[in-house]
Amino acid sequence: MWAFINKLRSPKWFYAISERLLPWFWVAAAALILVGSVWGLAFAPADYQQGNSFRIIYVHVPAAFLAQSIFVSMAVCGLVYMVWKIKVADMVAAMVAPLGAAMTFISLFSGAVWGVPTWGTWWMWDARLTSMLILFFLYLGVIALRGAFASRDSASRAASVLAMVGVINIPIIKYSVDWWYTLHQPATFTVTGRVGMPMEMWAPLLIMVLGFYSFFIAVTLMRTRSEILRRESNKRWVRELAGERH
Amino acid sequence: MSKADSSVQRDAAHPAAVGEPGGGLAVAVWATLKRDLTLMLRRRGEVLNPLVFFALVITLFPIGISPDPELLATIAPGLLWVAALLAALLSLDSLFRGDYDDGSLEQLLLAPQPLAMLGLAKVAVHWLLTGLPLALMAPVLGIMLALPAGSYLILAISLALGSASLSLIGAIGAALTVGLSRGGVLLSLLVLPLYIPVLIFGAGAVQAAILGDGAAAHLAILGALLALALMLAPWAIAASLRISING
Amino acid sequence: MPESVLTLRLQARGLACERDDRWLFEELDLDIRGGEIVRVEGPNGSGKTTLLKILSGQLTDYHGELFWNERPMRQARQAFLENLLYLGHAPGVKAALTPLENLAWYQALAGEVSHEAPRLAALESVGLAGFEDVPAGQLSAGQQRRVALARLELTPRPLWVLDEPFTAIDREGVAALEERLVIHARSGGCVLVTTHHELKASQELRRVRLGSGGPDVKG
Repeated sequence: MWAFINKLRSPKWFYAISERLLPWFWVAAAALILVGSVWGLAFAPADYQQGNSFRIIYVHVPAAFLAQSIFVSMAVCGLVYMVWKIKVADMVAAMVAPLGAAMTFISLFSGAVWGVPTWGTWWMWDARLTSMLILFFLYLGVIALRGAFASRDSASRAASVLAMVGVINIPIIKYSVDWWYTLHQPATFTVTGRVGMPMEMWAPLLIMVLGFYSFFIAVTLMRTRSEILRRESNKRWVRELAGERH
Repeated sequence: MSKADSSVQRDAAHPAAVGEPGGGLAVAVWATLKRDLTLMLRRRGEVLNPLVFFALVITLFPIGISPDPELLATIAPGLLWVAALLAALLSLDSLFRGDYDDGSLEQLLLAPQPLAMLGLAKVAVHWLLTGLPLALMAPVLGIMLALPAGSYLILAISLALGSASLSLIGAIGAALTVGLSRGGVLLSLLVLPLYIPVLIFGAGAVQAAILGDGAAAHLAILGALLALALMLAPWAIAASLRISING
Repeated sequence: MPESVLTLRLQARGLACERDDRWLFEELDLDIRGGEIVRVEGPNGSGKTTLLKILSGQLTDYHGELFWNERPMRQARQAFLENLLYLGHAPGVKAALTPLENLAWYQALAGEVSHEAPRLAALESVGLAGFEDVPAGQLSAGQQRRVALARLELTPRPLWVLDEPFTAIDREGVAALEERLVIHARSGGCVLVTTHHELKASQELRRVRLGSGGPDVKG
């Protein structure tokens, strides 16, 4: 355990190991997303109530899953950075924040598009959409706070604290919004998570979710690698690396 | 030179100058409470501004929407809560800013007392002079919005309880942004999403009182949120202040 | 009193500070004991204030080790803070409060029960007799600085960390403060100071130089 943490301290080690992992995640992401979307869009049966419009689930749900997981991973990275002062953790946190915001936006946008055939309107104050919208604001807050500091070290710490405060609040926000929703709009039509979705429908969904996660990991590794080079550009190993390639 | 001589003698006694830690904390917290209260009461305008803002915002709604008492009565709980929440947010930016600008914050950090407790004292003053007056004033504005009878007491209680959580959560944002020259707008962006659970249960309590459902459950949840905020927020505030002091 | 001289020791081993990928200083070894005035010198931006902030326990983001009375700083922090008096760039004086009220807060922060007599004496010693009840905002910058300096008399602390304490002080004030630092050192205390003002050479004075060429400690 300690050996692993000590290895993580070295951005160089992360750079080397991620180089080997990166192709696998790209391949997995491409394959899973391809299989999942072809299966989901072309072969999965249409929904008996919503027809083909339900197929937007194959984008909406994976994006929503990812949006929440990315916030948690950002807070975990923040904790690791604050406790063990591991710089790579902060770089990962900085790199995943815009990705998380983008995923939140995709899930909001796909939710709105889905709303047109199901509710007849672009926006409903549905519990899930509302929680997603709040999550989007939380992401914007973390990104804005990181950008507001002149010193990068202070920015990293402030963003870490805010991410941790946010992650404690997310379940509270989620439950209170769910409660608020049932109070104001009792038992309308819920679009996702119904029990008894047939296997032909949820299997491609699972594949899409895995594909989105692989994509997320691949993009994060790639972006973190370039961030390592940027932040460590005055270190000898980076200079040597640059020398080799030119 | 006689002064300097006497202080030399006091210097000689310095190992004994350190008081016992337990009593010291109470003394320091009490003095911080007293100091912040004195400061705010010397600048009464700053205490009154959020209250005037609250009244003004509430005035805007009948003008902007409709003076129809029935319509106003249905939206009154939410309006009162949202307006009070924004008013409490208004004074948050100055919570640590004065101390940051004049160097007192460094001294607060270096006091041989837990920073979390000293920060809590400052938050308590913020609530005493912002949240509590807003809660007491809300019923008057409730009359103007034709808030149905029977919910006035619950409105005041829910605001008093809820605004304490708001002060605590808001202070984390204030501590994070105190080192930034233009932290005010950013502060609202950071803090407002975190205010949503308090808003839901606060406005919900008033709503429930109007419907005659009994607001005890809502108030209990507001109390639970406050307990959680009291446990966790002081540490986050202390950590944030330590970050901000290094710009 | 001899014990206090013996127990007062602040050490730094291999101290280095990196801010945003820039090394302000590296491999700095310090051993500061009671009876010394240590002047931290260096050009603007060489990290003087940062060093004082690290040595006063405000900044925990450093490489290397700090020891207070031979104990690692992490364990000795409480005892260290109880012995420390830090005056930063900003005086830490509230404009809306009177000098007496300002000092009352500092007295309480140190955990001492409030007594007016030492506060009055401290204000008198910095030449603010007669200004005790004037809101500090109406005092000049130099007088506000003196309110902060009154804390040196108010709360007896052996370790003084002073960042530019001579700012805005008039010539007589500078001379008196300089003398006060020497007296503090002679009575077993320890002073860490940055200043652009040239201190009079005395046997207590020691210099630590920070600069682009790395730190350079002179005896």
